Amino acid sequence: MSERALGRLIFTLVAAFLAAPLVVVLGVSVNERQSLIFPPQGFSLSWYAQIFLDPGWKAALMNSLLLAAGAAALAVLIALPLAWFSWRRIAAWTNVFQWLGIAPFILPPVITALGFLTFWATSGAYGQSWTAVISHAIFFVTLPFVTLSLGFNSIDRSLVEAAATMGADDRTVLRTVILPLILPYLVSGYAFAFVLSLNEYIVAYMTVGFTMETLPIKIFNALRYGYTPTMAAVSVFFVLIAGLTFGLIAYFGDLRKLLGALPGDDR
Amino acid sequence: MKREAPRRLLDYAPLVFPAIMLLVFFVVPFSTMIAVSFFRRDPAGFYTPSLTFDNYERFLSPFFGGVLGFSILLAVMVAIACVVISFPFTYLLSRASRRVQIAWLVAILSVLSLSEVIIGFAWSTLFSRTAGLTNLLVMLGFMSEPQALTPGFGAVLTAMIYQALPYTVLVLYPAVVRLDPMLLEAARTLGASPLRAFFNVVLPALRNPVIATSIMGFVFALGSYLLPQILGRPKHWTLSVLITDQAIYQSNMPFAAAMAIFLVLMSMALVALTLMIGGRREARV
Repeated sequence: MSERALGRLIFTLVAAFLAAPLVVVLGVSVNERQSLIFPPQGFSLSWYAQIFLDPGWKAALMNSLLLAAGAAALAVLIALPLAWFSWRRIAAWTNVFQWLGIAPFILPPVITALGFLTFWATSGAYGQSWTAVISHAIFFVTLPFVTLSLGFNSIDRSLVEAAATMGADDRTVLRTVILPLILPYLVSGYAFAFVLSLNEYIVAYMTVGFTMETLPIKIFNALRYGYTPTMAAVSVFFVLIAGLTFGLIAYFGDLRKLLGALPGDDR
Repeated sequence: MKREAPRRLLDYAPLVFPAIMLLVFFVVPFSTMIAVSFFRRDPAGFYTPSLTFDNYERFLSPFFGGVLGFSILLAVMVAIACVVISFPFTYLLSRASRRVQIAWLVAILSVLSLSEVIIGFAWSTLFSRTAGLTNLLVMLGFMSEPQALTPGFGAVLTAMIYQALPYTVLVLYPAVVRLDPMLLEAARTLGASPLRAFFNVVLPALRNPVIATSIMGFVFALGSYLLPQILGRPKHWTLSVLITDQAIYQSNMPFAAAMAIFLVLMSMALVALTLMIGGRREARV
């Protein structure tokens, strides 16, 4: 077998593996009746309408969107000054905070979730919806921190030097030179945190699982009572949101650079 | 503008908010969890403070040993499968055109961001009797009637590979893309076949990233908490499932915390190993 054919084969197999479960979910989500059958019988988009019409699913959708929007914003607010400081200053002991910015995402999620559960239970705030926003922000702070650090490192320091020589102070440099340059990294950091927060289950479950339903929690709770096509529709909906978000990032930014490929090595 | 050491106290100002947030909401919760692991369970509430090693002593039971052994075995299998799939795949990806690479990266990120709930649900559908893969085999005449492939070990393993694969691809991607193409060219000029060049030149050159990737896959599989519940039987439960179960359904936070600490120590040792390998790689570049 030639290298080309072998390459095609591997691409096809990986694509089939990644797509297969999603294709089946897409199929069952358009079944006309409430049955788990593939290929689908009949065609209906009513299960998609359920997401927005059924009070339970709609509430879960709103909860998820608000949680993700708030958590991603807070994560960026934490990550931005931290990444800026690491880029601007040399102070060995502050490296501790860089480690802290990366740790929540590397640890197994159950651990972070259990830490929040004990913390909120001990502090007496257990079950309040804002606790989930803070918990998710900390859990996903790594994503904007990593993209912003990449962004800062890609800034040509002579640009900043030039601005400083012409008399701009730190604040002016930050506003007129640095922020415009790192804006794409800021937006993608926010988007990464948003999409992952939308999909996150265990931290949300351990912090507000008994008082508030997010979409992943709702799907899991519904799964225990059997199958409804709405969960298939929600899953497809989530894949579309993720695909759209990352597609936009790729369209407006440089996804390869963002994921660590060397800048400027165009093919 | 060069990096400078902070001269005035005010120079530390940007650090204040992130530092407070991370200390209060990450370090304190983590420390609380460590403390709780030495507490006693309170059937009425969450726990009562004390200093006991009972929660850690429970690790010595054969049941716990069994769960731990199974978790590690499963994680090793996932890690190996992920590297075997993602390494050749990422290598081919790095040689594809820019457009193809970006399309793949968008797809991989989309799968990566999928909720574990959705992955579990999707695979349970694909492995179900009425809508599943076996219907295709029946249609093609390989099987006489469709059957459910879940719950079962194969289903848990497959879904876990599915969950960890995108992460392993993304960990490998930068290293593979940055690999000097001259290396391969030299091998080809000297008469190596593409496959031989891949195994004798590319693979050894990327030994460290490959090791780092397999550790990554291992840690991820260790952290999976829903897939064994959705796709497996109780005998397929891993340490992470057990922690969730003890914390939420058995209301035994101290024992859950003790198991969590144990899992952290194990994962941290492995992550440290990954970073050490990564650090050596950076130093060489």
